[in-house]
Amino acid sequence: MESLCSRQQSYQDLTLYTGIRSALPIVMGYLPIGAAYGMLARQAGLSNAEVVAMSLIVFAGSSQFIAVGMIAAGVNTWAIVFTTFLVNLRHLLMSASLSVSMRSISRPLQALLAFWITDESFAVCSATLNGRQATAQFIAGLQVTAYLAWAGGSMAGAVLGGMASGFMDLGIDYALPAMFIALLMMQMRERLSVVVAVLSAVLSLIFAIYVPGNFNVILATLLSATVGVLMSK
Amino acid sequence: MRQSVFLLYVAMASVTYLPRMLPLVVLSRINMPARLMRWLSFVPVAVLAALLSPDLLLMSEGDASVLWLSPANLRLLAAIPTFFVALRTKNLYAPVITGLCTIFILNLVF
Repeated sequence: MESLCSRQQSYQDLTLYTGIRSALPIVMGYLPIGAAYGMLARQAGLSNAEVVAMSLIVFAGSSQFIAVGMIAAGVNTWAIVFTTFLVNLRHLLMSASLSVSMRSISRPLQALLAFWITDESFAVCSATLNGRQATAQFIAGLQVTAYLAWAGGSMAGAVLGGMASGFMDLGIDYALPAMFIALLMMQMRERLSVVVAVLSAVLSLIFAIYVPGNFNVILATLLSATVGVLMSK
Repeated sequence: MRQSVFLLYVAMASVTYLPRMLPLVVLSRINMPARLMRWLSFVPVAVLAALLSPDLLLMSEGDASVLWLSPANLRLLAAIPTFFVALRTKNLYAPVITGLCTIFILNLVF
């Protein structure tokens, strides 16, 4: 009875509005970083419409920066697509993790919401849910707000150029690492979480330095989560 | 918009969407073994830590990434008060505001 009540309460918490509000730190990060992307993409020879279209159609920050660099260098299309695939492969792990907390959401909605999964929305989502089942409204509010910020930042960067990228010098993009620190601390619920986090952080550094090709997040997560399971009683 | 650019975006979007969608849609229908659930429960913490550490501790030199342990690394410096506020408050906004204020001040001073 008691658990049923608390469960209902937690469902009420996860409204569309909660989702939108939870996206605020992401918005602070996406606007300036999106603007930087927009400016670089213009310099790489894309039109304003093409700059914003990539943000709307692909919606994957780091791979957009890489793609723009490759377009500027005149790299072949299939190489760009393949690199994009590799860089974004880490979302497999986030999607798998979300499958546990999105079980009560219908399959078509899952397939729709999956389009907007990013590192940042995944991080906010798992810390906020804290083991609870998600609602589609909460996830939609969080992800679509982040999406609009990314597209808006891209447009500002494309249109305003250096003026918008002046944002970057202020350091507003630091909202993202600061948010990651906060979300990490919120999830230190057991000693083993600390072990997994420290191990993953160190492995990620080693892989980023010594293994070419942006595999650090995938490899560090695979290994450290496995160590976590092996150390579980 | 040029057609070639549009086709490039569609191809990029497809290879980005599939890894985002398939595990979610497939795994949420399956009863997963307890050990796999346990493994997945470590993924958020592991992903967060793996994303954060290179952002704070690495600097790119050309194509390579090198460790950047120096007082000139303002992002690393600003992480220190952010970390302690996060440790004390366990909420989202106090650390973010701490981090932003610290990086603003550091950027102004240095």
